[in-house]
Parts: sequence; C-alpha cells; structure tokens
Amino acid sequence: MKKLINDPADVVADALRGMALAHPELRVDHENRVVFRGEGPRQGKVGLVSGGGSGHEPMHGGFVGRGMLDAACAGEVFTSPVPDQMVAATQGVDGGAGVLHIVKNYTGDVMNFEMAAELVAAESGAEVVTVVVDDDVAVTDSLYTAGRRGVGTTVLLEKIVGAAAEEGRPLAEVADLARRVDDAGRSMGMALTSCTVPAAGKPTFDLPEDQMEIGIGIHGEPGRRRVPLAPAREVAEMLVEPILSDLAFTGGEGVICFVNGLGATPLLELYVLHAEVAALLDKAGVGIARSLVGPYMTSLDMAGATVTLLRCDDELLRLWDAPVVTPGLRWGA
Amino acid sequence: MSTEELQAWLRRFAELVHEHKDELTALDSAIGDADHGANLDRGMTAVLAALEEAPPADAAALLKKTGATLVSKVGGASGPLYGTLFLRMAGADTFPAALRAGYEGVLARGKAEPGDKTMVDALGPACDALDAGRSVAEAAQAAAEGRDATVPLVARKGRASYLGERSAGHADPGATSTALLLQAAAETLS
Repeated sequence: MKKLINDPADVVADALRGMALAHPELRVDHENRVVFRGEGPRQGKVGLVSGGGSGHEPMHGGFVGRGMLDAACAGEVFTSPVPDQMVAATQGVDGGAGVLHIVKNYTGDVMNFEMAAELVAAESGAEVVTVVVDDDVAVTDSLYTAGRRGVGTTVLLEKIVGAAAEEGRPLAEVADLARRVDDAGRSMGMALTSCTVPAAGKPTFDLPEDQMEIGIGIHGEPGRRRVPLAPAREVAEMLVEPILSDLAFTGGEGVICFVNGLGATPLLELYVLHAEVAALLDKAGVGIARSLVGPYMTSLDMAGATVTLLRCDDELLRLWDAPVVTPGLRWGA
Repeated sequence: MSTEELQAWLRRFAELVHEHKDELTALDSAIGDADHGANLDRGMTAVLAALEEAPPADAAALLKKTGATLVSKVGGASGPLYGTLFLRMAGADTFPAALRAGYEGVLARGKAEPGDKTMVDALGPACDALDAGRSVAEAAQAAAEGRDATVPLVARKGRASYLGERSAGHADPGATSTALLLQAAAETLS
C-alpha cells in the first residue's frame, strides 16, 4: 500500500487539521470531529446536519458553508460517526428553528443518527427531523433488505435543501423538500479498481485488469456483478439503463445529470462518460437542465464513477442555481 | 454475576478481538466494508481504558460503562449494536437473563431477524441454550454453530445485503465476533 499519510490510525484527525487550516471560514471541532460554519448558527434558520464515514471527501465536510450544510460529522474511514458527534453538531447549529439530519441509508449511519436524535430529545434539545437518502438502483429495495444505499443524490439534496433552509423556510417544509429530492433522484455506479482502506492496508477486493464491477457502493462493497471491461459508451448504458427503467425522467423541466468520480478516475474520463450519458439521455427524450461533473462523493482511491439523475421542476432548479459557498461547491456568490 | 467475573470476561473478549482482528476484517472485506476487526478492537481497547480509569462500583455500572463507551467510540453498525447489548444487560441479575435482555435490545436496534446473516444468528442460539439451563460453555458452542450456519446464508441486513446472492459462502463478521464474546464468557464466567 502506498498512501500519503502518517499513521493509518491518524488519517481522519490529520485531514481535519489540514482542512481547518485550508478553510479558516470554517470552524472545526477536533474533539468531536465536526465541521461547522465559522459564523455559528443563524437565529430562525433551520440547521442542516449531515455526516458519515470519512473517505468520501469532499462529502460531507466540504459541503459545509453558506447555501448548504451547517455542520458535518466525520466518522472513521467508511464508518458511521458516533451519536456524541451528532449531538454536538445538532446543538452547535440550533438556531431555534429545528435541525434536519440528512442521513445516507446505511445500517450504521441510520442507527447512530437515531441514537443521537433520541439523546437530543431526552435533553429536550432542538427539534430534530431525519431524512434518509436511498437512491442506489443497484440495490433491490424490499422489506427484507437494508434498502437502497444513499449515494449521489445526497450531494444534490444537500445543495438544494441547503438553499431552501437559507431562505428561512420552516423545518417541516425543508424536510418535505428533502424527501421530494430523494424520491426524484436515482443513481448507479461502477468500479474499475477496488479502494484501499488505510487501516486494512490492502485493496478491499481483487478486480482483474480485464474486469469491472457494476452496481458498486461507495465503501468498497463489491458490486452486484462483474463483467468484462468495456468502452465508456457501453459502461454508460449499463449505468443509465437501470436508472431510466426505475423512474420516469421524461417531462418536467429535465434533469440534473451528476457524473461523479470515485477518487482515482481523472476528470478527462468523467467528461468522456458524461458525453456518453448525455447521448443516451437525448435518445431517451430526457432533457439535461444542469450538469455536475467531478469527484464530489469519492470512495478513497477507487477508480470508477457513479451517475445520478434528479428529475427537476422549476423550484428545484431555482434552488440548485442559488448561491453556494463551500469548499466543495461554489457558485453564484 | 460478580464485577470481577464480568471484568475478566471483557478483558478476555478484548484479547480475542485483538487476536482475531485481521480475520474479522478479512471476513468483512469479503462481504462488507473491511472495518469490523479494527473498529471492535478500537472499541474494546477504549472500554478497558475507561474501566481502568474509573473502576465501576457494581456489575450494572460496569455494563453501562462498557455499552456507553462502545456507542461513543466505535461508530458503524457494531457500535450501536454492541453498545445496546451491554447497556441492556445492565438491568438483569443473572448472566442468562442479562444476555437475553441484551439480545432483545439488539433485535430492536438493528431490526434484524434470525437468518438475516447478522450477529443475531450467534447471539440467539446462545441465549436459547442458557435459557434451557445449559452451561456457558454450551452456549458458546451454540454461538459458534450459529456463526457457522451463517456461511451459506444470503445477507438481508447491513452492508452485506447489498451483495445479494454473492454474500453467501462467507461467515458473517458480526456473528463471528459474537461467537468470540461467548467464547470469552465460557472461559471466564462460572
């Protein structure tokens, strides 16, 4: 394993130190491993808290700032943060209008956020509403599984809901909007290589040179099937087809098309994939209203990509276009 | 359950987790996200440190401290699940009753059922053995058999469930660490 680190045990703490130095506009609580906006809670504004395992940067800490999150909890690599962190984040962003927890649908994340919400309620603290993001069409959604994973839609949701919270909308409305975004987004991913968790020291799975994984998660979970390596044109089909057959994307105001890199795939290749995805959407009669292409939700050093489509209306597009000032996303300000 | 016995149990569990850390992580690499060994090792190291720093007055305080430390330090799914197990054990007088209460807490927190390929598949049979009046050693045997029985199962909870049919053929990491918990109990509890 070659990694630009000191000690595998210190990766998250060391990275947070660097992040704090690079972004003096943020406030990093190193003890609780929570990234806050520097200016503190705004009275009357709903606080947005997210978090998850580390290794997905810029998600979530890189999405803290005006127009997006108020705080993000950083867990160990690929491990959900603990309830104490979420309680500290919730208390730290409470401006009297309640707090929305944005949770990706993984067993650990859901349980830890649930325990945190119980702790906050027990201390009669802020009103907390939780929205769980589950958009990965690679996972069969049924009563008998943990349900779909939360992946790319999370990034789009944090941006859109962040804009709505910034407008001063009440908690119930902000939570409804978050659920609406989750319902309208679908994702599918693929990997060319595994990733290497620093503490494990070797790749999570073996993937021969001439093979790729389709239906990959963002924690090095192997995908649903392994197929021979294929050109980007065919990969785009394998990702877009299951998304389009899961939800109708025609009509409305078109989609936000998010082509995301998983860490080791260069932007050059992401644009190649985006062109192929756009051609398929055109053929299917789905209009692209906005695009986002880049590594925004990574899986350490995994090579590969995910495609997310979010069905939009005028309101979602307006909120998407609203100013955002975070380390990871920044426009209109 | 004396405080000394429970302390010996937790120390032995921490040792076993440390010895089997790489094995747990390897199992978790096959069907999960490769962190179970490292996380549980980190959690149990923190538990021993916490118990050392402020020795609990009685068995209930010791179990509560253990559960709270695991919830605070581990994260992932194993933090809330193992944490809840120990927190719920704190109310009972005997080991069988305590383990049963802990088991029920795990079921409520994780919403898994027997056969979902989780720690429940090792913990449930151990509780059943104890409730039937069998020894802790026999309960540990039942947990090990429960662990082995997870090998052919298709996971229906946790990250392994995302693999569908491909999750079959590997022992569940949570059931494996739970079998270690019972092995430690067999070696330390009368």
